[in-house]
Parts: sequence; C-alpha cells; structure tokens
Amino acid sequence: MASIDATAAGSGVVNAPYRMCRFTGLKVDQAAETLIKVHAVTAVIFLALGGLMGLGVALTRWPAVQILPPEWFYLVLTGHGANVLLFWIIFFEMAVLFFASAILLGSRLAAPKVAWLGYILMLVGALMANYAVLRGDSTVMFTSYVPMQASHWFYLSLIVFAVGALISVMVFFATLVVAKNENTYDGSVPLVTFGAITAAIIAVFTLASGAIILIPTWLWSLGLITEIDSLMYKVVWWGMGHSSQQINVSAHVAIWYAIAAMVLGAKPLSEKVSRMAFLMYILFLQLASAHHLLAEPGMSASWKIVNTSYMMYLAVLGSMIHGLTVPGAIEAAQRRNGFTRGAFEWLTKAPWGNPAFSGMFLSLVMFGFIGGISGVILGTEQLNVLMHNTLYVPGHFHGTVVAGTTLAFMAMTWLVVPLIFRRDIIWPTLAKWQPYLFGIGAGGISLFMMGAGTLGVPRRHWDISLADAAHRAVEFPAAAYLMMGLNGLFAILAALGGLVFIVTVVASILAGPKLDGPDAKMVFPLHDASRQVSEYGSEGTLKLPGTIILVGIFFAAFVLYYFVNWKYLSELWLFN
Amino acid sequence: MAETPQKAPAGEAREKVPMMQQVLDNPFLLLFLGVTVPAVLYLIWGIMEVASVPVGQ
Repeated sequence: MASIDATAAGSGVVNAPYRMCRFTGLKVDQAAETLIKVHAVTAVIFLALGGLMGLGVALTRWPAVQILPPEWFYLVLTGHGANVLLFWIIFFEMAVLFFASAILLGSRLAAPKVAWLGYILMLVGALMANYAVLRGDSTVMFTSYVPMQASHWFYLSLIVFAVGALISVMVFFATLVVAKNENTYDGSVPLVTFGAITAAIIAVFTLASGAIILIPTWLWSLGLITEIDSLMYKVVWWGMGHSSQQINVSAHVAIWYAIAAMVLGAKPLSEKVSRMAFLMYILFLQLASAHHLLAEPGMSASWKIVNTSYMMYLAVLGSMIHGLTVPGAIEAAQRRNGFTRGAFEWLTKAPWGNPAFSGMFLSLVMFGFIGGISGVILGTEQLNVLMHNTLYVPGHFHGTVVAGTTLAFMAMTWLVVPLIFRRDIIWPTLAKWQPYLFGIGAGGISLFMMGAGTLGVPRRHWDISLADAAHRAVEFPAAAYLMMGLNGLFAILAALGGLVFIVTVVASILAGPKLDGPDAKMVFPLHDASRQVSEYGSEGTLKLPGTIILVGIFFAAFVLYYFVNWKYLSELWLFN
Repeated sequence: MAETPQKAPAGEAREKVPMMQQVLDNPFLLLFLGVTVPAVLYLIWGIMEVASVPVGQ
C-alpha cells in the first residue's frame, strides 16, 4: 500500500499525522487508525471468550449431551450474554464510529487522549465483569432481574464499561464537529456516517438508561438501598438491554452500505429515502424495548400497544426500506458493472468468494427473514403470549445479533485487516468459507431455538426434561428434543466458523503479507469506485427487477408467517 | 438502466437547503429527538405506570 505519512492537515486547522490509503484514496488519521485497531482486536478477544461460553450453553441445552452441571450452566450463560451482547459488539461499534467519523470524513479524531480514556474504562469494566461472573457470585444472567442479586463488582463493572462507551461516543460527536469546522467535507455527511450517527444516538439513550438503573442497583448490592422494585427495574433495564441491540442494527445496516460501496462501488438508491429510514430508527427503534414487558400485568395496554404495535412498526418500516435499498443498490451497481442479463445475473455473478461480500449478503438475508420477521411477531401483543419467555426469544435475537450483526461485523473485519492493519488475508480459502460456516450455523441456531420455543421450551431452563423437578407438570414433545439437538449441531458449526474467523484474522494481523509496498495487491480486491463509501450521491433508479422479486418473496414470507401465528393463537381458545 | 448520479456539485451547498435536509444534517438536533422521544414514550410513561400501581398491603 502506498502510504504517505505526513503531518500537514490543511491550513488553519490543528495538524495531525495521517496517511493516504492507496486502495480507497481515503485520508487515514493515525490516532483514529490506532484506536480502530485496539478496539477491533479487543472486540475479537471478547468474541472468542463469549463464543466459547455460547458453545457451552448450546451443548448443555442439547439433552443428549448436557455438558455442564446447572451451577456452571447459569454462570456460563451470564458470561456469554455479557461478553457477546455487550463487550464484543460495543468494542467493535466504537471502531465503526471512529472509522465512520475520522476516516470517512477525512478528519482528525477529536481528543484522542479522551478516546483512550474511554477505551481503558471499557476494558476495565469488561475485565471486571468477567472476574465477577467467573468467581461465581454473580450468576444472574444477562438480564440480572432483581431481586436476584449479583456481587457489587458486577454492577460496578457494567457502570464503568458504560461510562467508557459514553466517552467514546462523545469523541465521535466531537469529531463530527471538528470535521465540519475544518471543512473536511462538503454538504451532508456520507450515508455510512449517517448510519453511525444513528447508532451513536441510540447508544446515548441506551447508556443513560443503563446508568439510571444500574447505579441504584449497585447501591442496593452494597446495602445502601433497601429495595429495588422489580417491575421498575425491568422497565428501565430494558431501555438499556434492548436498545443496546438497536445500536447493533443501525451499525450493521451502515456496514451493509459500506461493504456494498467498497466491494461493488454501490451508491444508495436514494440518499433521502435511506436517511429517512435511519430517522425512523432514531425516533422509534428504542421503543421496541417494550416487547419484553408485554406479559407484565403492571403495565397498561395503552403503553404496550403505543410502544410496540404503533411506534415499533415505524422502525420496522425503516428496516424494510433498508431491506429494499441495500440489495437494490447492489443490483444497480452490478448492472452498472456489466451484469445486465435477466433478473438475477447481478446476483449470481456477485463476488461470492469475497468474504466481505458474502458475509454482508448472508447477514442481510438472515437478519430480514429470521430476526426481522420474528421481531414483529414478538412485538405484537396478542402473538407475544404464544412464545413469551420461551426459547423463541433467544432464537429471535440470535437471528438479529448473531446472524445479522456479528456476521456483518465479521464481514467488515475482512476489509479492516488489509485496509487498517495493512496486512493481507493469510489463508484466503479459509476466509472464503468462513461466512458460510458461521452464517449457516447462526441461521440454524436461530431457527431451531425458535422452533423449540414455539413448542413451549422455556427460555432459560438448564434441562428441558425437568428430570430433577419434584412434579413434572410438563412433558415436551419429541420434536422439541429434536430441535434442541439440531440447535446443538448448528452451534458446533457456528463455533467452527467463529474459530476459523478468529484464527485467520489473528494470523493475518501477525503474519499476513504486508500491504504497504507500492505493488501490493489485496487478495480480495476493492472496487475501483470504492471511494464512493465516503461520498454523498444517489443511484437514482428503481429499475431493479431482481430486487423487486426478492422483496416480493420477503413480503409473502412475512405475511404468511404472521397469519400462521394468528392461526396458532386462535387455537388457544376453542369455542364449542 | 437509468443512472443518474446525484453527487452534490461544489456549489450546491450555497443553494437553499431543504428544511428536512437541514434537520438530517444536524446531529445534535437528531440526538435531542432520539433521546427525548423514547425517554417520554417509553421511560417516563413506563415509570409513571409502575409508580401508579397500588402498593400491596
């Protein structure tokens, strides 16, 4: 890679060292680059730890294997939730925020030392949380519902982590101000940056909700407060617990647009439409937190229905717009690239051997079909009673967070390694297969957990046979056992995909071919117009026959599944 | 297929910017809206509902 290390950053502005990336033509601020590296590496370490714990959970819930005893199962389940739902995801998201601000806007990073403070607090919080969980007195699972009480170190660790993350988010907003003041871009920010702004806004609400509930809970664990109301805790906690997953949605949608631009030279179909879809997220996506409380008798039907069935559907509309515009932008770009035959040549001739593209497209499809549709079902008050607190819920969020977000973040990592670490992928064949291994595994986990949940399997119980219960009031059908076994098998496949990802990424960073020479070429090349990722501009076409057909299939699946669940619901009441 | 790139020309920033674009170009206004709407509809309304549940004797 031809890189020019220089110290000039334009007249009248603060000088900051940067280099020019010869693959993308982007100006790379060195402080931002270093922070992206450490956040990404830290994220991957927590993914490894959390993923291993996840495999332990899946192999325990497989009745024929049941690898962990109950005490260890709940401990590992707590650690799995914290490490993957919080630490892996949020460390990576901070890397995305620095990329989308300093790098895409060609700006210096505002206050790098403050960003380092944020990173250190996040790291201390994450390590402290693992310490609290692994020593065995904080087995309260991810939701940590009161009156279950964890060690005060557990609550303090999450507060420290949240403060660190909030500091990093503030650095992101400050970088937007710096870029604007120093005129590093004209007009509106690029769409990917706008998606990152959406993620950062949701992060502020998420972290504020976390502070509101975790600080009194920490004081309660210290004995300074006598009681925390359990329903109050749930309402405020889910403002953090579910909204944190909405940061992911915004970030991974931004990544879909980024990869489409960098690998295929895609432009958004319409900047206006895509930005309006992100605005729907900003205004309404956090309200979906209420779907966790749809079975709570203390909350009124008005509160439940306004927050889920009314407002949440506006956020769903935003997702469906992205579900049209991302594949639409890819189709438009591919047709521009010469793949114009029939309705689907653009798709069949897409770079399926490039893990950045295949991971992104699998993430897009599975997020929509599995995570998206099941989210609407769970968010409908009447249908929610069919699967509330069953294994369907983890099935849904493995469709969004694992098959959707994690796969998208993995796909982005295949670009981060060559462009930021300046090392090429060391084992391209392994990298090529990785998204399929992990994607199919994650998709299977989601579907089979949802299947088991539909049959009534509870969300958290160690043993679905209830062998140690005094009174076995429930006997699950054989199909439920089959689902749990298949869940275990697909968890092994996903773990294998995760292992391939971690080993290949780490080996590439440490020993991959260097890309800083003048003739160096990436093994998975970018599009000539990859610079599009940092520019404003619309494709301005709707002549997208392939995308229209795909969207039609999605709608048919959506409507069918929605009404099948109403049919299930109608069978709960037999009027004879 | 029609390809009508809409890359903003250099002079466009000096033209009248539509109001909606001005809203979308202001991250701090969006931050205000993105925190206020869920804070009112979800958090404050939710907390008021919990607070109004009668205390058991």
